[in-house]
Amino acid sequence: MTGTGASQSVAAAHDDALDTPPKLLLFNARVHGQRPAIRHKDFGIWQTWSWARLLAQVRALSIGLRKLDLKRGDMVAIIGDNRPRLYATFAAVQSLGAIPVPVYQDSVAEEMAYVLEHAEVKIAVVEDQEQVDKIISVANRLPHLKKIIYDDPRGLKDYDAGNLHAFSDVQALGEEEMRANPGAEAWWRDEIGKGQGSDISVVLYTSGTTGRPKGVMLTNANIVISARNGNIFDNFGPDDTLLAYLPMAWVGDHLFSYGQAYVGAMCVCCPESPETALEDRREIGPTYFFAPPRVFENLLTQIMVRMEDAGAIKRRLFHYFLGVARRCGEDILNGKKVGPADRLLYRLGDLLFFAPLRNRMGFSRTRVAYTAGEAIGPELFRFYRSLGINLKQLYGQTEASVYITLQPDGEVYPDSVGKPGPDVEIKIAENGEVLFRSPGVFLKYHKNEEATRATKTPEGWVHTGDAGFFDQRGHLKIIDRAKDVGRLSGGALFAPKYLENRLKFYPEIREAVAFGQGEAYATMLVNIDQISVGNWAERNGVAYASYQELAARPDVYAIVKARVDELNRALAEEPQMAASQIRRFLILHKELDADDGELTRTLKVRRSFIAERYAPLIKALYDGSSSCHVATEMTFEDGRKGVVEGEVKIVDMAVHAARPPQPVREAAE
Amino acid sequence: MKADVQPRPVLAKETSVAAGEVLLSLEHVSLSFGGVKALRDVSFDIRKGEIRAIIGPNGAGKTSMLNVINGFYHPQEGVITFKGRRRHNMRPHLAASQGIARTFQNVALFKGMSTLDNIMTGRTLKMRRGILAHVLHWGPAQREEIRHREAVEHIIDFLEIAHIRKVPVGKLPYGLQKRVELGRALAMEPELLLLDEPMAGMNLEEKQDMSRFILTVKDSFDTTIALIEHDMGVVMDLSDRVVVLDYGRKIADGSPAAVQNDQAVIDAYLGVAH
Repeated sequence: MTGTGASQSVAAAHDDALDTPPKLLLFNARVHGQRPAIRHKDFGIWQTWSWARLLAQVRALSIGLRKLDLKRGDMVAIIGDNRPRLYATFAAVQSLGAIPVPVYQDSVAEEMAYVLEHAEVKIAVVEDQEQVDKIISVANRLPHLKKIIYDDPRGLKDYDAGNLHAFSDVQALGEEEMRANPGAEAWWRDEIGKGQGSDISVVLYTSGTTGRPKGVMLTNANIVISARNGNIFDNFGPDDTLLAYLPMAWVGDHLFSYGQAYVGAMCVCCPESPETALEDRREIGPTYFFAPPRVFENLLTQIMVRMEDAGAIKRRLFHYFLGVARRCGEDILNGKKVGPADRLLYRLGDLLFFAPLRNRMGFSRTRVAYTAGEAIGPELFRFYRSLGINLKQLYGQTEASVYITLQPDGEVYPDSVGKPGPDVEIKIAENGEVLFRSPGVFLKYHKNEEATRATKTPEGWVHTGDAGFFDQRGHLKIIDRAKDVGRLSGGALFAPKYLENRLKFYPEIREAVAFGQGEAYATMLVNIDQISVGNWAERNGVAYASYQELAARPDVYAIVKARVDELNRALAEEPQMAASQIRRFLILHKELDADDGELTRTLKVRRSFIAERYAPLIKALYDGSSSCHVATEMTFEDGRKGVVEGEVKIVDMAVHAARPPQPVREAAE
Repeated sequence: MKADVQPRPVLAKETSVAAGEVLLSLEHVSLSFGGVKALRDVSFDIRKGEIRAIIGPNGAGKTSMLNVINGFYHPQEGVITFKGRRRHNMRPHLAASQGIARTFQNVALFKGMSTLDNIMTGRTLKMRRGILAHVLHWGPAQREEIRHREAVEHIIDFLEIAHIRKVPVGKLPYGLQKRVELGRALAMEPELLLLDEPMAGMNLEEKQDMSRFILTVKDSFDTTIALIEHDMGVVMDLSDRVVVLDYGRKIADGSPAAVQNDQAVIDAYLGVAH
């Protein structure tokens, strides 16, 4: 038993320096050996790997990879859905001082080829035949790629086995080596001991909406310190469970499901398949959950649709208690004072509706849920919070190892992304751009000095590319991409997307396009939501034949005017935005459509194209006229073209007095 | 952690036929309903391990053919031999217990039951314990159910329908119902699988998925497949041999390429002056 004796002393020596994930794995296997590390559902049953079992899996794979000639500094691609073996691959690769490069599993072969080529990947560990096929189809462009290792053998029986290895075979190779060579395990632990905080831990390619993806190099210290800070911030530990269902190539999943899980000895659960994630979440009941706003939106829609199908009594009760929740649920969650009657009603509502709802959504045990990535509607955000789910927002980036700002418990506001995270400094540049400095700041972009210089200053500040400001509470608000933020002629910041998003949160508004760059005031083109407004028309017995007719009705204008007024009122509260109140708006006579080139295929507004196409309307918005005649060519669904024309009314808005500027509490700098 | 897709066989196959040998043969089969002749003197065979397509215009007798093979219809004339044994007035459940499974042109599932339960019904013939034991759900019966459930879970995994495991099939879109029905047929671990228009009403992606499943069934489940299909692209890509029926008669039989160029087949599909 020389192996075990030696290993214990080696592990003990590292006790005080848990600065890499493999060292954390050794520690967890020793201290939390029998506690669950990874669960995954297979053939309908949840299977559990303890930390000790995970260690054994990682060790066998790691030594097997060594036998396949993986060396310190080599790059290993990891491609697939969230599978326990792929998570084990990270630690196995890092143990040898090699560098894992997770790749988005849904990228097409072409995109994958770019990343594998750019990172000079030597071994690719992939989930299944689909990924193997993609790599083989571009293999001639990948001179560095020597081996492909696959987790799921289905369909791969007849493939040329030369450079293709089953995951289990590689592990068998490692186990055989350990049997044949008693020193192998001690050697392996020594290799882990050689790892340092300053070594490259992982290369994460940013999906990059513009240009080629960039490989963000994060060090072990980046990951481990950021993970530790994240765990301290929300008090995560070995009793916490999370569901790993977002792409492994995304920094969030890497930090939550790998970094924080290793640091906190948390249990990571892998769903059976991407489609079963919702059902699996319900069974697991994660204590920590992250999802982009879209997921929360879909969940809410599903619930509402189902409730509309429920019996009349149930439905009435549901809406009644939802009202109670809206009134006092958030205050109760925030620990504020709530009257005894409301408290009692909320308790009852919790018993009858909120708790079963949380259960249905898989949030029964959720202590903390985060959302990020895009703006979340305040109504949506409040809905979850009022049900007693501690949903919070954070703001982060790959270059920051996720965390820049987070919302602390008790200080959660739907319109901000929170306060700077632990050890994070933030400053706002002259043009409104947000810069940060933290222990999570990436080392550099892989093989792209130019981009590194453009993003990271010599002092370690990173340009986020987002514009934002701190509000009175010291919370950061992100308003737009910095390059899209302009100024009104008076010099005040003008952030069109910020205005548009805030208006689009109202169900009656489908699309909004703000103008004001270099002008004296801000104006807006609005598309009403035909489903929502159409619903209103039906309920009020309003007959209409077309979108154009509905949009031109005075009572519809009145609805939109009330919404724009609410927006203006909210903007007046924010010193930096008060000047952007909408002075004039109009409702477009046709819906903006990707077929007409007004939206991108992903349904984003093409601002400059719209400005050109509707130039007369925009001119009218600024020349004081009360209406404008317009004729626009449009493409029908079958490809035929036609012309819509009509008189479009323009409405003047009252401007609210700006709140007197108060001394702003700068969070940093 | 996916294991081999091959479900563990519960029963040993009684007689075995080597790959490439004739598994089922029909000789001079004729079937009529009153005055209507559905099949007239049709002879062909299905060899072990192949995908055999049966095609023909509407009303050619394709589904009747499948019904004859799985014992639902009894032909007035002709000889049917399965695994070397001549069949007499076979009933469908006997055909099933001998290893012939099928799916239907119009999905025939238990709409109110979940995907899982529907596929479980495919294991019925393999259950050895009595109703009482299963109702009490105790001891051997429980162990038996667990064993069958395991086999079913392998099928669910193979067909990628884990996300609808507990959804009543009536709520599923058509393409998925077809997949569940295939799952139920596979649960019987059949030696011969009859598929009646497995791709009808599917979009391109669903057809591709289904084709992949069919090919994998042939390769890893060791199952011979006879299928009726209207999508000629699918037929040509998937099948090893094709038999063509028209007005109850066999008009061609051979490789997909040969059948495609056969004048009688072209006439049958495009129509000629009779």
